[in-house]
Amino acid sequence: MDENQIFDEMWGRTETLRPPYSMFKEWFDGEDPSRLRAKQREAEELFRLTGITFNVYGRAEAEERLIPFDIVPRIISGLEWQRLSRGIEQRVRAINAFLYDIYHKQEIVKAGRIPEHMISQNEAFLPHMVGVNPPGGVYTHIVGIDLVRTDDNQFYVLEDNARTPSGVSYMLENRETMLQMFPELFANNRVKPVETYPTNLRRSLAACAPPATTGNPTVAVLTPGIFNSAYFEHSFLADQMGAELVEGHDLRVVDGRVAMRTTEGYKPIDVLYRRVDDDFLDPLNFNPESQLGVPGIMDVYRAGGITIANTPGTGIADDKAIYSYMPEIVEFYTGERPLLENVPTYRCSEPDALAYVLDNLSELVVKEVHGSGGYGMLIGPTATKKDIAAFRKKLKARPGNYIAQPTLALSTVPVFSRAGLSPRHVDLRPFVLVSPDKIDITPGGLTRVALKKGSLVVNSSQGGGTKDTWVLED
Amino acid sequence: MLGKTANGLFWMYRYLERAENTSRLVETGQRIALTRLGSSEAEWRSIMQTAGVLQGFEETGEELNGEAAIDWMLRSKANPSSVLTSIEGARQNARLVRTALTHEVWEAVNGTYMAAKKLLARKVPERDLPEVLGKIRQRTALVRGSTHGTMLRNDIYNFARIGTFLERADNTARILDVKYYVLLPSVMSVGSSIDNVQWETILRSVSARGGFRMAYGNNYDPVDIAYFLILDKRMPRSLAFCVGKIRDNLNYLAESYGTNPPSCEKASFIEQRYLSHNIDAVFDEGLHQYIEKVLNLIGDLGGQIEVDYRFYE
Repeated sequence: MDENQIFDEMWGRTETLRPPYSMFKEWFDGEDPSRLRAKQREAEELFRLTGITFNVYGRAEAEERLIPFDIVPRIISGLEWQRLSRGIEQRVRAINAFLYDIYHKQEIVKAGRIPEHMISQNEAFLPHMVGVNPPGGVYTHIVGIDLVRTDDNQFYVLEDNARTPSGVSYMLENRETMLQMFPELFANNRVKPVETYPTNLRRSLAACAPPATTGNPTVAVLTPGIFNSAYFEHSFLADQMGAELVEGHDLRVVDGRVAMRTTEGYKPIDVLYRRVDDDFLDPLNFNPESQLGVPGIMDVYRAGGITIANTPGTGIADDKAIYSYMPEIVEFYTGERPLLENVPTYRCSEPDALAYVLDNLSELVVKEVHGSGGYGMLIGPTATKKDIAAFRKKLKARPGNYIAQPTLALSTVPVFSRAGLSPRHVDLRPFVLVSPDKIDITPGGLTRVALKKGSLVVNSSQGGGTKDTWVLED
Repeated sequence: MLGKTANGLFWMYRYLERAENTSRLVETGQRIALTRLGSSEAEWRSIMQTAGVLQGFEETGEELNGEAAIDWMLRSKANPSSVLTSIEGARQNARLVRTALTHEVWEAVNGTYMAAKKLLARKVPERDLPEVLGKIRQRTALVRGSTHGTMLRNDIYNFARIGTFLERADNTARILDVKYYVLLPSVMSVGSSIDNVQWETILRSVSARGGFRMAYGNNYDPVDIAYFLILDKRMPRSLAFCVGKIRDNLNYLAESYGTNPPSCEKASFIEQRYLSHNIDAVFDEGLHQYIEKVLNLIGDLGGQIEVDYRFYE
């Protein structure tokens, strides 16, 4: 990709320092690089001691790794954030309205805005949820909207995460680490706080307590267990919320409630923040092999005995095939033009689109409809001829399994490297909490950065790192 | 609190205590090997027996000598009670119960794990042994200190303490079980250097030479040593002290939960039946039989606590 096509968030396109970075630049210039290098190592030591590690799947010995942390903050002005957050709120409202509609009257299908088979044939559509009203009317209690930027005023939504978005613990710990290492930076910059997230999360979950609740709602976090790659985050959030961290085998259905085995007997749970996929949630109703869930929880759920967050069946809203309909979805339910743009998307299930994609593979990014984690995708511009040929076969065999998008010139933010400040591509995942009365967006979010020069893949499983993300009080 | 969490706390602190006890036994073994002439093989055998790891070692088929014994007790992954596996076990349980721990305690235990992994990555050369053992015990002491200084005195703390003292009582009882014969009146030959060394070994393996001297003066008397390790409530590793602490913590739990489970009664029974007499009664019953009974009762008590507080499904 031509380097001057790329927008840098510190220097723009013209090597002119952008205002949000002015205080940072002044500070950075006054710092001794060797001190900063020492700080970078200190940060890693802090992460290790705190245990902010993830487990790598598929290794004989469960290896714990750190996600690399870069000490240069990604800085967003208050005004930029205001615009973004309005767009995010609109989108999240639409997602919840869409989910309600899909599991009730399906007006959007009747209106001809989404083809019927996109819903009924979709693996993420959960028939068990048809006609069910989730407590408080909330489907997606926690949403992560993945954004990329290509210009001063141009953001795109890359992906909506409406199932169990992860990464929020990194957002919080990155800030904690920066505060410990560079307190002076926060004295000179007015950075909007993020540390209220766990309190807001708890409040937001409690506000969706089910009808069976008596008194102060009991909240628990359901984790697949200590070997899950996001276990740290699960225990971190439970700890910060003052909630119990439970596994499937701690739970059973007792007297029509989902209850946890405590030292004093079984006690009912009101709200379950589950970090287990739909399919594993209930061996009686879904995957019978699952050891991670609670037999019968869906029956309790339908009877109003528990709130499950996010609600089962929300995956239909973040499916990559549905994604291409998001502009229609936003308009249909809010009656407004979408404030945030979608990346133009070719649905390979459609013959015209497929023909175009096959002709232009070397310029497109092709993704699996149900894939995640950056696996199973083709990045045309950096792929070899062999890769493209192999992918062409897969695409032809199952076109409905893929979508394609143009390669975006993702913005860069500097990282601190041996050579000083070096631009690297980034994305942004803001975290959104939905409760019956409001939508709460934590200022900033998780910035993921592709640490390899020129790379566009920011996933931690593929060598990405993270940065602290600042939203300034203007 | 979740039953699983109580279980995790219990085992986290058992493993920490075990790591400390094993490292103390290694130190004792090394000390004897250095200060005695002749073969130390028998001594290492008895040290490993005390740590409950002899059978596992023999199954490896390795030749028994100081170097092999030290490595088995310190670092072997095949030994479920080696210092390294115990620390790994403590840290794994700490991860499980992280929501119940203070930040300080978590960092202390994680720091212990990180240090132990580094210190025990390779066979420890003899000359580095004192330093390595010292560092590990410093780390575990830090966990104990931060537990003491930062944790609320609630059920979380009670389960942590019960795990600690159950492991410690078990350890002291096993030392006595292996070494009881040197304390018997029949083989007593006052002033013989052999016995002196044996008695000193016992005291060293509970880090109590200084404490004993302070309480009983410079003359080793086997009856005093037996009393000190079994009944003396001033001694933080004596059976009476440990069981008293377990009983206290079980009572706190019963009080805060408003229950009176069987484990409370079992702890009180051990205390009243076995740990409230004078030392003559212990010898009258037969020191070895007595110790075996107490060991069994402590094991049984552990099992009852698991049931009473729903550690497992």
